[in-house]
Amino acid sequence: MPTSTVLSLFTIATGLVLAGLWLGQHVNLLPIDASANAPVYDELFKVLFSIGAILFLGIVGLIVYSLLRFRRRASDLGDGIAMEGNLPLEILWTAIPAIVVLFVGIYSYDIYERMGGMAPLNDHSAHAMQASGEDTRTWGGISPAVIDAQAGVEALPVEVTAMQFAFIFHYPDANITSGELHVPVGQPVVLRMKANDVIHAFWVPQFRLKQDVIPGQPTMLSFTATRPGHYPIVCAELCGPYHGGMRSNVIVDEPETFADWVARNSPAPAPITPTPVAS
Amino acid sequence: MSSTIPASQQHADLQHAGQYHADHRLFGLATFLVADGMTFAGFFAAYLTFRAVNPLPAGAVYELELLLPTVNTVLLLLSSLTFHRAGTALKQGDNARCRRWLLLTAALGFTFLAGQMKEYFSLPFGLTDNLFASTFYAITGFHGLHVTLGGLMILIVWWQSRPGGRVSASNLFPLEATELYWHFVDGIWVVLYGILYLL
Amino acid sequence: MTLTLFPPQTTTPLQPRGWLRYLSFSTDHKVIGLQYLVCGFLFYLVGGALAGAIRTELLTPISDFLPRDTYNEVLTLHGTVMIFLWIVPVVNGGFGNYLIPFYVGARDMAFPRLNAVAFWLIPPAGLLLISSYFIGSAPQSGWTAYPPLSLTTPAIGQVLWILSVLLLGGSSIFGGINFIATILKLRRPGLKLMQLPMYCWAMLGTSILVVLSTPVLAGTLVLLSFDIIAHTGFFNPALGGNAVVYQHLFWFYSHPAVYIMVLPAFGLVSEILPIHARKPLFGYTTMVYSIMGIVVLGLIVWAHHMFTSGTPPWMRLFFTIATSFIAVPTGIKFFNWIATLWGGKIALNTAMLFCCGFIVNFVFGGITGVALAQVPFDIHVHDTYFVVGHFHYIVYGGTVFVIFASIYHWYPKFTGRLLNEPLGQLHFWLTFVGFNLCFAPQHWLGLNGMPRRVAEYDPQFQLINQISSAGALLMAISTLPFLINVLISAFCGQQAGDNPWNGLTPEWLTSSPPPVENWKGEAPLVTEPYGYGVHPHPSTP
Repeated sequence: MPTSTVLSLFTIATGLVLAGLWLGQHVNLLPIDASANAPVYDELFKVLFSIGAILFLGIVGLIVYSLLRFRRRASDLGDGIAMEGNLPLEILWTAIPAIVVLFVGIYSYDIYERMGGMAPLNDHSAHAMQASGEDTRTWGGISPAVIDAQAGVEALPVEVTAMQFAFIFHYPDANITSGELHVPVGQPVVLRMKANDVIHAFWVPQFRLKQDVIPGQPTMLSFTATRPGHYPIVCAELCGPYHGGMRSNVIVDEPETFADWVARNSPAPAPITPTPVAS
Repeated sequence: MSSTIPASQQHADLQHAGQYHADHRLFGLATFLVADGMTFAGFFAAYLTFRAVNPLPAGAVYELELLLPTVNTVLLLLSSLTFHRAGTALKQGDNARCRRWLLLTAALGFTFLAGQMKEYFSLPFGLTDNLFASTFYAITGFHGLHVTLGGLMILIVWWQSRPGGRVSASNLFPLEATELYWHFVDGIWVVLYGILYLL
Repeated sequence: MTLTLFPPQTTTPLQPRGWLRYLSFSTDHKVIGLQYLVCGFLFYLVGGALAGAIRTELLTPISDFLPRDTYNEVLTLHGTVMIFLWIVPVVNGGFGNYLIPFYVGARDMAFPRLNAVAFWLIPPAGLLLISSYFIGSAPQSGWTAYPPLSLTTPAIGQVLWILSVLLLGGSSIFGGINFIATILKLRRPGLKLMQLPMYCWAMLGTSILVVLSTPVLAGTLVLLSFDIIAHTGFFNPALGGNAVVYQHLFWFYSHPAVYIMVLPAFGLVSEILPIHARKPLFGYTTMVYSIMGIVVLGLIVWAHHMFTSGTPPWMRLFFTIATSFIAVPTGIKFFNWIATLWGGKIALNTAMLFCCGFIVNFVFGGITGVALAQVPFDIHVHDTYFVVGHFHYIVYGGTVFVIFASIYHWYPKFTGRLLNEPLGQLHFWLTFVGFNLCFAPQHWLGLNGMPRRVAEYDPQFQLINQISSAGALLMAISTLPFLINVLISAFCGQQAGDNPWNGLTPEWLTSSPPPVENWKGEAPLVTEPYGYGVHPHPSTP
């Protein structure tokens, strides 16, 4: 190939890559990040967006260029060049996508692992289910093992019940039941979720986390909230006519505010009932 | 255009066509049986998954009695043998012998079905009792429907291979097709027997 | 040597002549192909009307247009109609039946009567499905019909849906059997497999997927119907069953289903581009291997639809990796198509425009697809409008664009008349702009918090939803120049002649429309279907 062609190809390719990288860094399509794994997610998003932008702009450029440069003149009834293959080129455009795809796959695995997604959901005691008769298996989701290890504390457990058409949150330690999810910032939280009727899904866009809630098959989601505020909890699995209205809120509080909330909402200790006087 | 071709010429054309194009109907049937087999594969996959992850309620583990199903398996395997004999006889032009083997095959098939019925009535569980029960009846029932259809087709071929009928050494397709189908049903049963009864 | 291989279509009452053929049980593959096309297009209009209802509801953030369960019925029917009554029948049964016999050098498909049966299953199945709306209740659990929801919604609607899909699946399987037998067994003497037009390979791959995966859906829906009617508990947790097993079985078919919708379109593009660019199809052998690669991989990636479901970490990882790999053979095909254009003499007619639109749209959809294949990415956007945007870029921006390209390309062969070019260009631009306006913003909606299958949403999304609905309106309007063109050109269009595009493939080497026996005389032996530039065309000065 003539040097000038190589040079112009190189310039175009470089320009394309730089444009893609710039777009990935500067185009913000996501909502605010409010959990520890959200920035990790956003990293992945930027990489995927950059690669996608490079590919898309490249392909569109090639098509538009071809349509302009190789447009048939009205009087020309002849054929184009009889080019049926080009082995080096074909090897190139097989190898590069394969490498890119492999990179994306490995990178995603790393991201998922950092989010805690690869930690096993059940320890071996799950198989003891047969003996005790009670099924304690978790069937899907993200366990708190990794975020617990990172934070050095155990996750705050919350039991989530999904039903047509609401989420109920129960804090077993404090014995609080609420229609909204309150969590302290910086504290790992583990949601143990079950559904009463049909499949629902628990989704907080600002946390970038979602997990189906499946009747008969408890699931789990773990996160550490990092930004105080109110964020929507959206049901993300068709569950009936009011699916669109099935929402709640997660309120991320400073630790003191959260402690206040716990204190105010804990059930009062049972009053001492005086023994009835024998009549 | 072709409305002016006399009927005899049309017939000759079609016969000529038969030589120009080989008969692909058995290939088509074989492809269909791949599809049918995949339906069973889906059922077996569901059964095996349920077995692995969905334990039965306490006290409901079923040991299936093996004698009757084993006898049934032998009957079905024998019936494939007898069907093969029928095919050989027909190719040799011996319609009478073919028809005897066909009747024997059908008899074995319907005996199998009778055995299935007997098993159904003697089982301690019904269709909706639990997941194992439902899957058991669904799979064996679906297979039983296939056996019933096959048995009826055998009888039809038996009728059609009578003297003066259309099935003969020069028109083997109805018998060959039914035979292929029957071997398929037999094969599915062997897999079913292994998965449902032995595993 | 004139052969009449099949009962001649003459004046016998069983085989009417003229336009009545198209309403009869004809066994002529060309008639059946057009029956599929027209029937499919009518269902496209039905599905489009349903989409119009959805986009009208979504103009406002509250549920104020349709009763809530009606809205769920509408979205269920929209998906089911578009997939099973429009796209699958048209790209397989429509173009497949018309073209494959020509391409293998045969007078008809291997099993013409099975072919007719396969078509005639479709209108009753479609009417059955639509009638459910009037008989009590239409299905309202989505085209995916997940239990337990599908076990709690009104039974009649769900059972009618199951029956309809079973019939349509059966039709598809019969078609698949026919295509495999025709392509493998009916090639005219002297024609090798690697000399076949690429559409044959696409249909072979598609038909393998149809035969292997559709029966699994059939079995699953039978079990679902047992749960509804007989109160078994296969997928009902309340009765000891497992709702996630349904999902595995359902998606085992429904993922290959997307390749069943897209592979034939790939094949059609491979036929259209070389003719209008006057260049050979680039990379024939790798195109064949890519198709087979997509077929094999397509069967082992289904659980990427279940990344947020009851799936353990190892399973999610496996399906991420397997799914990512499909990008490689798919990408190869796109590079091959661009290389086909490169250095050609490109006629910028409507067929070419729709093919280029296809390439642009499908690459976009493929990119979002590779993103969705990654578990951590998908966890955020699963079951949101991001996915809705993604798959519409694939099935509409992809396959439907190719269907339109194919109609502009082969209409002259079907009817003997050319379609009007200016109207075609208008149709293309309205469709391209409307489509992108409708579905591009939906990716943003999903990323920012709008789930799918909802009639109400966070009010911050209203403007974007209205833009999307405006795009949908433009798409609806774009149908008009197309319909006008198709109907008027049938009577007043310019005569096309045998070979208006100077094509080399066998369908162009006969009259337009072709005779009943496809060619007068022997079937031509075309060993180089893409021999442009290799052998100068007789018309080249």
